Amino acid sequence: MANFTSLEKAVDAVMSDGVCVAFEGFTHLIPHASAHAVIRKEYRNLTLVRMTPDIIYDQMIGMGCASKLIFSYAGNPGVGLLRRLRDAIENQWPVALEIEEHSHAAMANAYEAGASSMPCAIFKGYAGAELKQVNQNIKTIHCPFTGEELVAVPSIQPDVSFIHAQKADKKGNVLIEGIIGIQKEAVLSATKSVVTVEEVVDELKTHPNAVILPHWTVDYIAEVPGAAHPSYAQGYYDRDNAAYIEWDQISADRTRFQNWMVENVMQQTTDIFAKRVGFLAKDKLSKKSEH
Amino acid sequence: MAVNLAQEKNYTADEMMIIAASRMLKSDDVCFVGIGAPSAACNIARLTHAPDITLIYESGTIGTAPDVLPLSIGDGELCDTALTTVSVPEMFRYWLQGGRITIGFLGAAQIDKFGNINTTVIGSYDSPKTRLPGGGGAPEIASQAGQIYITMKQSLRSMVNEIEFFTSFGHGKGYDDRQKLGLKTTGPAALITDLAIWKPDPLSKEFTVTHLHPGVVPEDVQANCGWQVKFSETFSTTPEPSLDELKVLRDLYKRTEEAHKTS
Repeated sequence: MANFTSLEKAVDAVMSDGVCVAFEGFTHLIPHASAHAVIRKEYRNLTLVRMTPDIIYDQMIGMGCASKLIFSYAGNPGVGLLRRLRDAIENQWPVALEIEEHSHAAMANAYEAGASSMPCAIFKGYAGAELKQVNQNIKTIHCPFTGEELVAVPSIQPDVSFIHAQKADKKGNVLIEGIIGIQKEAVLSATKSVVTVEEVVDELKTHPNAVILPHWTVDYIAEVPGAAHPSYAQGYYDRDNAAYIEWDQISADRTRFQNWMVENVMQQTTDIFAKRVGFLAKDKLSKKSEH
Repeated sequence: MAVNLAQEKNYTADEMMIIAASRMLKSDDVCFVGIGAPSAACNIARLTHAPDITLIYESGTIGTAPDVLPLSIGDGELCDTALTTVSVPEMFRYWLQGGRITIGFLGAAQIDKFGNINTTVIGSYDSPKTRLPGGGGAPEIASQAGQIYITMKQSLRSMVNEIEFFTSFGHGKGYDDRQKLGLKTTGPAALITDLAIWKPDPLSKEFTVTHLHPGVVPEDVQANCGWQVKFSETFSTTPEPSLDELKVLRDLYKRTEEAHKTS
């Protein structure tokens, strides 16, 4: 049942050292505010799950929150490499990071299996790919009917999943629109979930096939306008591409990274996100702030 | 060198590469688009000779027609202009694994002469010299799209005798290696670089130069490639970019640059 609360209270309720946690959002609707709230609480030894560990995982890894990463593409989308993640893998800085690496197809199937309460996902994949040799969690099985060779990977069932969405109604039903990625599966596969939304509305006013998480599938909802920045929220504000490009320089140096994190994350509160998207906002948000 | 002649003719080697790559695509193709040079080539095709091409990005956008090139595979522009947007599991299960993609258009950090691609690691996997982003969608695109086109700039670092990690399988060690794995798709069918167009030898599957871009000589291609280059007996010259192709490409880049500056 969805509880409306502050993001900080939701984080306290679901997080502890050593849990397996997913923050999902496929380029769109990335839950940056949630990641920052978790970083501020200095959790340790987390197993982080994310198909595309971009800036938020670069930040969490660089701040020493994680001991393991399960992922399928570790890049700054359209810009280049993730320098904090590289430093952890190549130089064990600030701590060593164990990795379990998959392809997108495998992770997508594994989340779907997790949401379906299946122990593993079965699909066609990894043909001739060397990841099979370095990841013990990629196994070959045969179709019991045709004998065809297939691949199995364990399902993903995180202790906690964080996502960001456009809207919740007052009951706590959540609407996700645009590039919907893997967020529905991330919530349905997790033991506990936290959803930040751009706004809470009286009615979702949607169409019959909209992507909805019913209120009884979500544990905590926090209204955090701008929570995806520098990612975006379709209908609210655009992607801050300049911030992604700038991250490449911020993350290139350990000291500059740490200073940036102190100033922009550790010494901030969740409210800052609404201000960060002001200049990117579409009509929707500016109309709301005029009220 | 290629660049000199290209400059005289008022276009760059990069522009030649993107335009040559765009010409590979047809209006009835259903193309799974990689970010970077592949995305530019696919959109130039859509804006010139292949207006009805279906472009699909792995973020789930099907039939997208962006006005500017996206910085990432999931920019809002892709969703705004798409026929429909599906979830990521649906994208990989129904559309890619389901065999509905005719062309996968990929870039590569490192490639060998059989079109095998490494985007995972330089050095050993367990203690890498450089950790690269990894495979993302590419391992399954490489095996499940009808055929694969690859576009990338040539260099001794990127075109190597032996790749350090098999992220995405091309033709393996050549000949019928794909069939041995049970794959029914064609695999790498064209490589378009800033110097030449390459196609696999029908028998050995080794990439062979079929076209040199205008002003490029075979020595240029060899000087920027880590394996012993084979040239088709009948290799010819890539037709120069037309004025229309250049205009469409430059307008697209200009719009893209302005969009990424302000957003």
